[in-house]
Amino acid sequence: MTALFDTLFNGLAIGSVLMLAALGLAVVFGLMGVINMAHGELMMLGAYTTFVVQNLLKSGPLAGLFPIYILLSIPFAFLVSGLVGLLLEKTVIRRLYGRPLETLLATWGVSLILQQFVRSVSTAFFLGLLAGVALGLLAPRFTPAAWWQQRWTPLLRTGSWILAVIVGISLGSALGSQRALDQPWFSARNIDVTAPEWLRGSIDIGGVTMPTARLFILALTALALVGVNWFLQKSAWGIRIRAVTQNRSMSSCLGIPTETVDALTFFVGSGLAGIAGVAVTLLGSVGPNLGGNYIVLAFMVVVLGGLGKLWGTVVAAFLLGILDYVIGSGSLLLLWPSMPAALNGVITFFATTSMAKVLVFVLIMVFLQFRPAGIFPQKGRTVET
Amino acid sequence: MHPSSIRKPSLRLIGGATALATSLSLVACGGGGPTAGGGADATGGNFDGEVKVGILHSRSGTMAISENTVAEAELMAIDEINKAGGVAIEGKKLKIVPIEEDGASDWPTFAEKAKKLIDQDQVAVVFGGWTSASRKAMLPVFEAKDHFLFYPIQYEGQECSRNIFYTGATPNQQAEPAVSWLLKNKGKDFFLVGSDYVYPRTANTIMKEQLKVEGGKLVGEDYLPLGNTEVAPIIAKIKQALPKGGVIVNTLNGDSNVAFFKQLKAAGITPANGYAIMSFSIAEEEVAAIGPEYLEGTYAAWNFFQSLDTPASKTFTANFKAKYGAQRVTNDPAESAYNMVYLWKAGAEKANSVDDNKVRTALIGVKFDAPQGPIEVQPNHHTTELVMIGEVQKDGMFKIIENKGVLKPIAWNQFVPETKGYTCDWTQNRPDAGKFRM
Repeated sequence: MTALFDTLFNGLAIGSVLMLAALGLAVVFGLMGVINMAHGELMMLGAYTTFVVQNLLKSGPLAGLFPIYILLSIPFAFLVSGLVGLLLEKTVIRRLYGRPLETLLATWGVSLILQQFVRSVSTAFFLGLLAGVALGLLAPRFTPAAWWQQRWTPLLRTGSWILAVIVGISLGSALGSQRALDQPWFSARNIDVTAPEWLRGSIDIGGVTMPTARLFILALTALALVGVNWFLQKSAWGIRIRAVTQNRSMSSCLGIPTETVDALTFFVGSGLAGIAGVAVTLLGSVGPNLGGNYIVLAFMVVVLGGLGKLWGTVVAAFLLGILDYVIGSGSLLLLWPSMPAALNGVITFFATTSMAKVLVFVLIMVFLQFRPAGIFPQKGRTVET
Repeated sequence: MHPSSIRKPSLRLIGGATALATSLSLVACGGGGPTAGGGADATGGNFDGEVKVGILHSRSGTMAISENTVAEAELMAIDEINKAGGVAIEGKKLKIVPIEEDGASDWPTFAEKAKKLIDQDQVAVVFGGWTSASRKAMLPVFEAKDHFLFYPIQYEGQECSRNIFYTGATPNQQAEPAVSWLLKNKGKDFFLVGSDYVYPRTANTIMKEQLKVEGGKLVGEDYLPLGNTEVAPIIAKIKQALPKGGVIVNTLNGDSNVAFFKQLKAAGITPANGYAIMSFSIAEEEVAAIGPEYLEGTYAAWNFFQSLDTPASKTFTANFKAKYGAQRVTNDPAESAYNMVYLWKAGAEKANSVDDNKVRTALIGVKFDAPQGPIEVQPNHHTTELVMIGEVQKDGMFKIIENKGVLKPIAWNQFVPETKGYTCDWTQNRPDAGKFRM
C-alpha cells in the first residue's frame, strides 16, 4: 500500500512539473494554435526573475521577507515573462497568425536571442540596446512627416534602423570600456537559486517521504490550474478568448476586440511559463539553456492531451509523470513481487532513466497512431486555423 | 487571419526585428567576454616570434559551468609564461598566442573545432576537452593528423594515445583509492549514479570489478542523460536499495548534479541519515554553483584542493583570484589545466622545438612543481598525482581528510578482466606500445 502511495505521489510530482510547463503552452498553442518555441525561454526568464528577487531580498531593508522570496517571485515572474511574451506577440507573432511554419522559425529565433541576451546582458549592453531601439522607434518623430510617405520610405526606414543599430553598438562599447558597466548581470554561467529552508526538507506521511519542494510545486500547479480554469470559464475576458478561439470572424462582428484578446491570451500563456520557471528553480539548475530541458516535454503533453482542451493537458501530464516514474524506478516490481520471470526481465531492462524515456516516447508514438488528436480530441466546431 | 493588419506594417517590423537582432549579436560579439584573449595584455615587445596554441573548451552549453574555469586557468598559465619571457627555443623567445574555440558542449563540435585549430590556425598543441565523450570525439582527429592534445580532466582510463597527454587522474589515482577508503570506513553497499556517457559507464565498470575483488556489494546503478533534471525515479531506487543508508558514488557531470543534490536533500538522503556520498566530478567550482548547503558532508577525491595548505597551492589560488576576481575558486581541473601548459613549455624547451612530434618525445620524464606538489610525466603519457579525499564544509571548501600520497598512473585498468596485465609505454619502440602485455 505504501508502495502504491509512493508511486502515486512521485508520479504526480513529476507530472505537476510537466503540467506547469505545459499549462502556458496549452493556452498559447491549444487556444491560439501558435507554436511558440520560445516558451522554454519564457520559463527561463521566470527562473532568472526568481534569482533576482532572491538576491534583492538577501540583504537590505527587506531581508525579513527572505524566507518567502519564492512566493514573492511568483507574481514578478508572471509579469516579466508575460510582458516579454506580450512584446513578442506585438512585434513578431501578430504578423504571422495562420502561418505556423513561419511562427515556428521566428519563435525559435527569438528563443536563441533570449538565451544569448541573458548570457551577454550587462549594464552597458542594456543601455546600448535601449538607445538603439529608442532611436529606431523615435526616428519618425524627429524627421518631417512627409518623408515617411514617399516611395523611398522603406529605404529611409532601413537606413534609420541601421543608424540606430550603429549608435546603439557604439554607445554599448563606449560604456563597456567602463569595467563596472561591462560586468555581465548573469553571464553564461549557471546561477544559484537556493530554496528557502522550509522548502529543503521533507514530510513523512504514512511511510511516504514527501519533499516539501514537490508539495509546493503540486500546490502551485493546482492553484495555477484553478486560476486558469476560472479565468477561461468565468471571467468576461476568458469567455471572449474562448469565443474568439471558436469563431474569430463571428466574435469580431459581435464587437469583441480580437487583437486585444490575442494579446491577452499570449500574455497569460507566457506569464504561466514564468510561474513554471519559478517552480523548476526548486528542482534543478538555472542557466540560459534551462528552457530546452522542458520545451519538448511540454509540447508532448499538449499534443498528447489534445489541442484546446485544458483537461486533456492535465490528464496527459499526470499520465506521463506516473508512466515515467513507474517505468524508470522499476517500482512495478515492488507492487507485484511475484510476477513471472520473463516479465520481470523486461521491466528491469526498462528500469533505467534512459530506457524509461525511450519506452515513454514509443508509447506516445503508438498512442498517437491510433488517436492522432490526443486523449481528448476537439469535437464539433473546430478551432479556426 | 488578420489580412488588414498583415500587409502594411510587416516590412517595417521585419526590418526592425532584423536590425534589433543584428545589434544584439554584434554587441554580444563586441562587448562580450572580458576574459577572452586576456593572454595578450601587459606583454611588451621583446619577443623573437610567436607560437600558436589552441584552447578548446565548452564556453556555452551544459558543460560551460565547469569548463570556463579550466580555460581561464590555461589562459592564466599562458599569461604568466609570456610575462616571464615566453618559451625559449634555440635561443629565441617565443610568445604563446592562444587561439580560443568553443566546443559548445557538443561532441562533434569538438572534433570539428580541433580540425580547424590544426589545419587553419596551425597551432603547435591543443589544450582542450572536459568530458570523455569530447575527448573520444577529438581522438581520431589528433591521431589521423598525428597532432598533439593535452587533456586536463580526471577520466576513466582504458586509453593511451600516442597523440594525447593526460594530466588528470586515472582511476587508480582517484576512483580506486576512494572506493577502497569508502569500503574501509563507510560501508559495503554501493549505489552508482552517473551521467549517460563514456566516463561514468567505464568508471562504474571498473568500480564494479573492484567491489567484487575487495568485498563490496553493488546494490544498484543508474544513468541520467546529460542535462536531464528529473531524478525522482533514481532517488526512489536509491531508497529502495539502501533503505538504511549506504554508499552512493556519483559520477554525474554538469547541470544534472544540481538537480540531483537538491532533490537528494529534499528526500532525506543526507550524510546525517547514514548516507556517504562520494562524487568524482564535483570540485570547488561546482560546490559553489550547486550551493554548499546541499553538499555539506559529502566527499570528493581529487589531486588538488584549494584548501591544500602549501605555499605553491596558495600562490596559485591567489594569482587566480587576482586575475579573475576574489569570489572565484580554484579546483583540481583548473590546477591540472594550469599544469599542462607549463608541462608543454618545459617539453618544448627540452626538445628545443615546438614541433609536436619532438615535444611529445621530450615530454616523458619532464617534472613540474605544480600547485599540488611535484608531478612527473610518465612513459604512458599520464602524470603522477597526489591523491586526496576531502569533505565539503559549510563554506564550500574541502577539508582534506585522507592523503594517499603521490601515485603513478595506470592507463589500462588492472581490475577489469579485459585489460588486466596490459600496460602502455611510449618509450618502447614497438607498434603496440599503447597497449601490450606486461
